[in-house]
Formats: sequence, structure tokens, C-alpha cells
Amino acid sequence: MGLVRVTRDDKGGQAMLAILMIVAVVVPLLNLAVPASSPWHVSTYTVTLLGKYLTYALLAVAVDLVWGYLGILSLGHAAFFGLGGYAMGMYLMRQIGDRGVYGHPVLPDFMVFLNWQELPWFWHGFDLFWFAALMAILVPGALAFVFGYLAFRSRVTGVYLSIMTQALTYALMLAFFRNEMGFGGNNGLTDFKDMLGFDLTSDATRVGLFLASALALALGYLACRFIVTSRLGRVAVAIRDAEARTRFLGYRVDRVKLALFTFSAMLAGVAGALYVPQVGIINPGELSPLNSIELVIWVAVGGRATLYGAVIGAILVNYGKTYFTGAFPEAWLFALGALFVVVTLFLPRGIAGVVGMLRTWRRPRSSNGSQPEARG
Amino acid sequence: MPMSPTRTQRRAPSPSWHGLLWGLVLLALIPLNSLADALDAALIDLSDRSFEVKQAAVEVIAVSGDPRALKVLEALLDGDLYARTSDRRPVLAAASPAGFRLRDALEGTDLGEADRRDIRKITINNRMRTQLRSAIAALTLASPDAVLRLSAARELLGDPDPLVVEAIRAQFEREEDKQVRDSLALALALASLRDEDPEARLSGVSALAGSLDPSARNALTRLLGEETDPHVRAGAQRVLAGIEQKLKLNAAAETLFFGLSLGSVLVLAAIGLAITFGVMGVINMAHGELIMIGAYSTYLVQQAMPGLIDYSLFVAIPAAFLIAGLLGVLIERTVIRFLYGRPLETLLATFGISLILQQLVRTTISAQNVAVQNPSWMSGALQINPALALTYSRLYILVFALLVFLALLLILKRTALGLQVRAVSQNRSMARALGVRSARVDALTFGLGAGVAGVAGVALSQLTNVGPNMGQAYIIDSFMVVVFGGVGNLWGTLVAGLTLGVANKLMEPWAGAVLAKILVLVFIILFIQKRPRGLFPQRGRAADG
Repeated sequence: MGLVRVTRDDKGGQAMLAILMIVAVVVPLLNLAVPASSPWHVSTYTVTLLGKYLTYALLAVAVDLVWGYLGILSLGHAAFFGLGGYAMGMYLMRQIGDRGVYGHPVLPDFMVFLNWQELPWFWHGFDLFWFAALMAILVPGALAFVFGYLAFRSRVTGVYLSIMTQALTYALMLAFFRNEMGFGGNNGLTDFKDMLGFDLTSDATRVGLFLASALALALGYLACRFIVTSRLGRVAVAIRDAEARTRFLGYRVDRVKLALFTFSAMLAGVAGALYVPQVGIINPGELSPLNSIELVIWVAVGGRATLYGAVIGAILVNYGKTYFTGAFPEAWLFALGALFVVVTLFLPRGIAGVVGMLRTWRRPRSSNGSQPEARG
Repeated sequence: MPMSPTRTQRRAPSPSWHGLLWGLVLLALIPLNSLADALDAALIDLSDRSFEVKQAAVEVIAVSGDPRALKVLEALLDGDLYARTSDRRPVLAAASPAGFRLRDALEGTDLGEADRRDIRKITINNRMRTQLRSAIAALTLASPDAVLRLSAARELLGDPDPLVVEAIRAQFEREEDKQVRDSLALALALASLRDEDPEARLSGVSALAGSLDPSARNALTRLLGEETDPHVRAGAQRVLAGIEQKLKLNAAAETLFFGLSLGSVLVLAAIGLAITFGVMGVINMAHGELIMIGAYSTYLVQQAMPGLIDYSLFVAIPAAFLIAGLLGVLIERTVIRFLYGRPLETLLATFGISLILQQLVRTTISAQNVAVQNPSWMSGALQINPALALTYSRLYILVFALLVFLALLLILKRTALGLQVRAVSQNRSMARALGVRSARVDALTFGLGAGVAGVAGVALSQLTNVGPNMGQAYIIDSFMVVVFGGVGNLWGTLVAGLTLGVANKLMEPWAGAVLAKILVLVFIILFIQKRPRGLFPQRGRAADG
């Protein structure tokens, strides 16, 4: 059976999925069933925070798929994440209806403010949830497809590709900052009221979104596992380790790269679409090249080419960020900067690598060769 | 320049005025002695009750050409001129304990204290104000200082007052300074546009041919609006079209200059990266922060020598080079040398360093932008013609960028270090086998790239805000320039930087600044698909690396 093949030989992944399942059951219970006075109560704030971390984790899995298994260091995933987020934000914006500050029945507030008379063509259809959800996947996918098609066909690789994806993200961010683009400019989209008829401020909706994020992470993880354990995944690793050789063996390297890159971008779009209703805002800052690099370090901290490592890294780094920016706001950038340096210098395989090392150290004879060695 | 004499003015005042004016112009030809008497009489007339008498007096004072008369007229215009009741002599009064302290308006001699009943303010009306302004300008026109004459000539452009026109004509005849003469000629041409005689207007129109002064264009446009004579109309249209053409040319030259200026900034920002990334293959994401460090060095140098801002840059350039360069050597020795051959890891590690450097500046200096001053020789502009001015700061930075580029080129091509750098970048093990201490070369190369980034920071501190985040603004652009130009090729960086700068500025008028930038980025992304190795790819084995 598929699921068996996918999760076999993936101890870390099994553990991660098990913990995820427990958290997904326990946290909502502690939030909804336990009274607020009890020390066991989990506040809605925490639930939303955890939900946010889970969407980051899904994004990190998407990055690990192309970086860990294909050797593409994409600095464009913040853009794909942001585009997914904007698609969902547009839906939420349309759901506000006439409850905005200006009370216009169709136009969102910022368009009324800019004196626009009618809805731009690309805003049509976003009042339907299924359409917005589809766009949250298709738009990042399409962008990744077009970009990847051009880049991989002309064999732009390595750091060049990284720099190009960074330029793409930067160009998109600048574009979204423009008011004329029709996405709210600098302020982005915010003031959301409800989603599918559920009030976004209610506890139950928050828990629902948290569960949806957990489910999306589990499914996204399994999908990526499915890919990396398939023949396609093995060709991908071959491309990562010796691209020219794989091409000479007759594999269509550009197609494999294009398929994985596009899929990864779609996954990032899903993460973005789940992220926006939980944080309640999307603005061009999400598309900044900085964010793209930051999310690469989540993967590096957790451990490349393990997938579950990306989940661990994303959650740990973001927990650290929440903690530091609250407790020692001055120190956060020092800590993050040091993390970048230390991880690349001393922990090339991240936390997952440390765990693996400890295991081989305890049982020196055991063969732990199923993890392919990651190379820059 | 053909210039018809202004016989009759189109908007002549009342006939009596007219005769009076001619009389006054003739006055200018009367010998100096009697003129001095006339001046004295006119000064007394200033306190007359009738505005007409006062106006006539002002005209007399104006044509006297006496430099002291200027002060009297200015005081009159400002409402500071009083008449002593006893002898009607015009005086200046300053408040004092006893009442007022009087000074003779013309001579400036002290006339003692006075009661407020002893003096009477000389009032003026609006018509006199206009007249006074022209008169003051005409007097300044006769000033021995060429700068004052020029500014007076500019002030008088398009002034329809016939007396002023006469004064301009008189000054034009004897003016020797070319710039002032041109301005006077322009003023005369503008005046003759208002002449009643079509011939005079036509000659005025042709005198304006090719003039880039905005007033010439405005006057011609206005003339076309009211002109009825077909010859003059045709002439004005032709001349105006010529002016528009010339203005367009100048606007294009200005765009080119702005483009080259932006390009020089890009080249400066990218050229250090062309060393670290281009020659060494190190993705240095902290490059922008090294530029920032250079800019902050300028700030610190200026703090250390507050009275000597004009010389601060000459101290700041070597200081920034040393600080950023040493920092670069430190980064290379502690982090980068462990990551050779793993470019993507270098990207992450140096990005971490960039975060640390940013926060370091925020913590130790300030999270706010700091004020870096411009030396006085950087301010101002080189005025090529009335429609084209090149700001000195941009001009100097353009030259500076080229100098830095040349210096780097010389270092790489003509020094022992440069030879070793190129050897190591082409074939590390072979270079080592031949006795090159590659570790030392790596550290020095990275230090050189970092130092140049610091020097770029000094230049950029003169153009933009200096703050902890300034480096991030340049990092993506710098990478774009290096990749577009071709990695490992300094000339490519120069050409790419200038090209992108000019392209950006060419697009800005119709696309807007942000869209132009986006279009440039998209263009580079597409260009790299066509030519993955940039404009000037490295040939041979090094290209495979």
C-alpha cells in the first residue's frame, strides 16, 4: 500500500506525524473543553500561533523538497507563499461586503479610498471560496511553471538561480507595493470579517483553521514523501548530486526540475492561503526577499533532505522568534544571524543530522545509509 | 544681434506720462553736476502729498545712476523712509529711547534724535511700488558688480516698463560681461515682443531663436495667443518649434546624465561584489552591510572632525576602506574559508553576518538614520545652459566611480596581488603548487572587495539616507549588475551598471520609478535565460566552474 511505502524507513517522519496528530487532538480539546480558569487551558492566541507555525512548517517542507532533494536553493518561496496568501486575502476581502468603513457593497475599502469606480477584472470570481482556493494554488504554480520553464530550459543553475528567484521575489514585492496594482498597496489586505460564513474572531473558527493547517501539513508531508520515495524522487536526488551525469544518462532534467519546482510552489501557496486567515493580514512585506532567505534557514536548522527536519526547524526557529522578539527584541537579529552562521558552519545536516549522529554514535555498527548526503 | 530701437511702446501710459518719460530719459544725458542738483530736488519732492509728483521724483532718482540712490529707493519700497518735517529731507528712522534716531537717507550721516512729531512717513501706492521695483532693478543694473548686474538683468526679464527698457538698452550698449550681456539682450528681445510695430516684434522673435530661457518660451507662447500679424505669427511659431526641439535635446541629455549617475551608484555598489562574487565565487550577502559600514565610517569621521566637513571625505575614504576591509578579512578568516566550494552555504552564512552587522549598528549607534553632511564643494550645480544643470554631487560620484573602477582594474591586472588573485580563481591547486599562498590571497581578495564596498558607502552617504537598513537596498541591485555583466568580468560590471542606470531613467518618465525598476528586474531575469553567463561571459575552463 502507498502509505506504507511512503512512511517506511522514515522514523523521524513517523514520530513527527504522531506528535502532530496528538497535538491536533489535544490542543483543540484544551482550548474548547477546558474552562479558561484552568491551568490546562490553551488560549485561542496560542492556538492561532500554533496554526501559524504549522503553515510555516508546510512552507518549509515545500522548500526542503526543492532544496534538499533537487539542490535548488529557491529564494522565491516567500513570493509563492505570498501569492497564495493574497488569493485567500482577496476572498476574505470580498466576504467583508458592505461592512467596510465606507460601506460599499462590492468594492473593498482601499478601492473606494482610491476613488475606483468598479472592481478590476482580476478581482472577479474571488467572492467564491472554491475559486479563491483554486487560485491560491494555481497562481503560484503558474508563476513557478513559467519561471522554471525558462530557467531550467536554459540551464540556469546554482547560485544564479538563487539570485534570479530573489530578483523575482523582489520585483513582485515592488509591484505589490504599488497602489495601481489593485492589491491594497502598502497596507495590503486586512480587516477580514468571516470565512465561509464563520466569524474569524470566534474560538471555534480559530480551532478549525488550526486543524485545517495540521491536516494540510500532514497531507503535504505525505505527498512530498510520496514524491521522494518514488522513481521521480530518486532521479531528483541524482540531479542534485550530478546534474550533468543525469542528463547524459537520458533523463529529462529540466522536466523533473520543473515538475518538482511547480509542485513545491503550489504547496507554498496552500501554506500562504492558510496563513492569512489566521494572522488576519497580508501585505507586500510577506513577499520580501528577506523572508525567503529566512525560511531557508528553518530548513537548514531542521536538517536538509529529511522533510520532517524542515517541520522541526520551522517550528523551533519561529518559536524562538516569538520568544526573543517578546523578551529580548534587541537580541533577535543577533540570534538569527548567529544561527545562520553556526548552522552552516557546524551543523550542515541540522538537528536531524545531530539526532542521526547520536544514534550512530550509540550503535556504531548500524547502517544508517538511507539518508542521502546533502551537498551545496 | 539685431535690435530695433523701441520708438513707441504698445502699452504706453497716458500721453502726459509719455512726454515726461522722454524728458527723463534725456535727463540721463545732462552733465553730472546739474544731475546732482536734480537728485537733491527730487529727494525733497518725495515727501510731496501728490503721488504724481512722487512718481516723477522717483524717476529722477532712478536715472541719476547714483549708487547711494539705490538705498533710498529700497527704503522707500520697504516703508522705512521718513521725511523730516523741518526741511523735508528724507531720513531713515530707528527707534531709540528718546523717540527716533535719524540718519540721512542718501548720505547715511547721523542727524541726531528726533520726536515722532518731527518726522512723517513717506507713503506710497501700488503703482509706485511697481515703479520702484523697476527703478531699483535699473539702478542695480548699473552696479559695478557683475553678479549683481546679472541678477538684476534676470529680474527685469519681461518687464514692460519703457523706462526700464531704456535702462536695459543703455546698459546693454556698455556691458562687457558676456553673461550679463546675453541676459540684457534677452530682456530687450522680450520687450520688443510688446512693440506696436510688427517689424520690431518680428526682430524680437528672431532674436529669441534658440534661447533656452524659460521666459523666452513663455513670451513666445503668449505672443502666439494674441498676435494678429501673419509674418510675426509664422516667425514665432518657427522659433518656438526650434526652442522646443532644443529643450527636448537638453531633456534627453539630462535623462542621460541622471541615468549615468544612477549607473555610477550601481557600479560603485556592485564593484566590490564583482571581486568577491565574480573573482572568488563567494556569494556575499553581507556586501550591502559592508557598504553601510563605509557610510557609517563617514558619519563617525565627520563626528570626530566637526569643523572640517569640507575635508572629511578625504579622511573617510581611506578610513572606510580600512574598516570595511579589515571586517572583510575577519569574515573571510572566521566563516567563509570553511565554505569554499559550497556557494549556497556561503549565501546563508553571509546573510547571517549581514543580520548581525545590522543589529550591531542599531545597538551601538542608533536604529534611526544618521545625518551625514555634504561638504560645501559637493553642493551646487554646473549650469551648462538655462535648461541643463548637472549637480556637482552626482558629477563627482560619477567620476569617483570611474576612478575606483580604474584603480581596481589596475590592481587586478598590474600588481602581484592581482596576478595571484586571478591565478587562485582560475585554478586553486595549480596556483598553490606554484607557491601562491592561497589562504592569504583569499583573505586579501575578500578584504579588497569589502574595502571597495566601504569606499562605495562613503560615496553613497552623500546621495542617500544612512541607516542600518541601507545595505539591503543595494544587495539585490548589486547582484543583478554583476550577473548581468557577466561574473568574473570587471568591464562587464561597469557596462552593466551604467546600462541599467540609463535604462531605468529612460523608462521612468512614462513608467514611474517603481515600475521602471520592476521592468528592469524582469528584463534581467529574461536576459539571463537567453545568456546565462551575462553580457560578457568568461571564456575557457574557468567558465565551467
